[in-house]
Amino acid sequence: MIGATTLFGLSSVVLIGLGLFGLIVDPRPLRKILAFNLLGSGVFLLFGVIARRGAGAGLNSDPVPQALVITGLVVAFAATALAIALLLRLFQETGQATLDTESSSSDAPVPSADS
Amino acid sequence: MTLALAVDIGLTLLVLAVACWTLVVRDTFAAVIGFVAYGLLLALIWVRLAAPDVALTEAAMGSGLTGLLLLGAAARLRGAASSTPPGLALRWAAGVLCALVSAGLAAIVLRLPDPAPTLAPAVIAHLPDLGLGNPVTGVLLAYRAIDTLLEAVVLLPALLGVWSLAPDRYWGGAPILRHPRPAGALTLFAQVLPPFGIIVGIYLCWNGANQPGGAFQGGAVLAAMWVLVLLAGLGEAPPVSRRGLRWLLIAGSAVFLIIGLAGIGLADAFLAYPAGYAKPFILTIELVLTLSIAVALGLLIAGPPARLPS
Repeated sequence: MIGATTLFGLSSVVLIGLGLFGLIVDPRPLRKILAFNLLGSGVFLLFGVIARRGAGAGLNSDPVPQALVITGLVVAFAATALAIALLLRLFQETGQATLDTESSSSDAPVPSADS
Repeated sequence: MTLALAVDIGLTLLVLAVACWTLVVRDTFAAVIGFVAYGLLLALIWVRLAAPDVALTEAAMGSGLTGLLLLGAAARLRGAASSTPPGLALRWAAGVLCALVSAGLAAIVLRLPDPAPTLAPAVIAHLPDLGLGNPVTGVLLAYRAIDTLLEAVVLLPALLGVWSLAPDRYWGGAPILRHPRPAGALTLFAQVLPPFGIIVGIYLCWNGANQPGGAFQGGAVLAAMWVLVLLAGLGEAPPVSRRGLRWLLIAGSAVFLIIGLAGIGLADAFLAYPAGYAKPFILTIELVLTLSIAVALGLLIAGPPARLPS
């Protein structure tokens, strides 16, 4: 019988896999940032599961991993804000929001082709 | 199967379904809305994991503020040329790689040591000396204060990075954060919500010593209220060259650092508090930190300067 904590642990590793997949496969930079946040939230959730397993001394959850996750959430937000500012500046400069090296060097938008 | 477990299973399936949806849906706006919903559902899982402090941070920061950033970017990037998606072979390879990563981690999750290692007894043992009732605040501001100090500091280089992306002519000017067409509902919200939001923010900060909450949650709520007022066009973002603004930004880290350094003389180590005076010092740090964090988060959302300096 799998308990709730293990269930959340398994869902966190699925979230990590999903986020990693989106980060690699989706070519749109904004969607990559979104997928990266999904991946990060999966890692944080795994911390939460480890904290919950460390319940003891009258506490329902080990406070040390919890504090680390709070720190991590703030840093993840700051990194996301910087990534989005970089992306918007790229769009401002080139008129495109793409990481393709071939298309960003030319001025005209390149129609999406099958690769 | 108990009712609680049924709820947990339902919650897990819902979170995974929303996560999949945010990745596959074509429209980026829809994906961001999905991400906000995902964050709120995830906050419920954090409650189920007996971590209400993290749940508050996830709801305010992971879901709310990050969602706002992504929404703003999605609006500005609308109509941008789309990139070429990778070929089928690469997609399959990525899928296999990600499945392997997940499977490896799942194997670790299923083999976690039992009984689990824990620092909970060590945290509880010295909590009365600090005068705190919330063990997470104890870890954040006493045992691992160095992490929290560096985290407060890291917001500043991130903000400098964002500011430095401004075109030269705008340097020293104000960022523009305003909805293109502020309509009735947004204006009403921006007039009605902030008084309550500010009370909630102060409550979260003040109460963080004994109950779930703290500087980061309170700061995030205050930042959200400020951003709401800016979005509705009821206020203007300040120019980034304003001296008072810069002082406000560094005040939190500076007070933290000064009290930390005073600990070398008054107690016996950097970031140590003198016996019996831990709580007033911690509350002072939290209060100033909340203000600095609120301003820093708000400015991170407002983005680089976009107005000519006056």
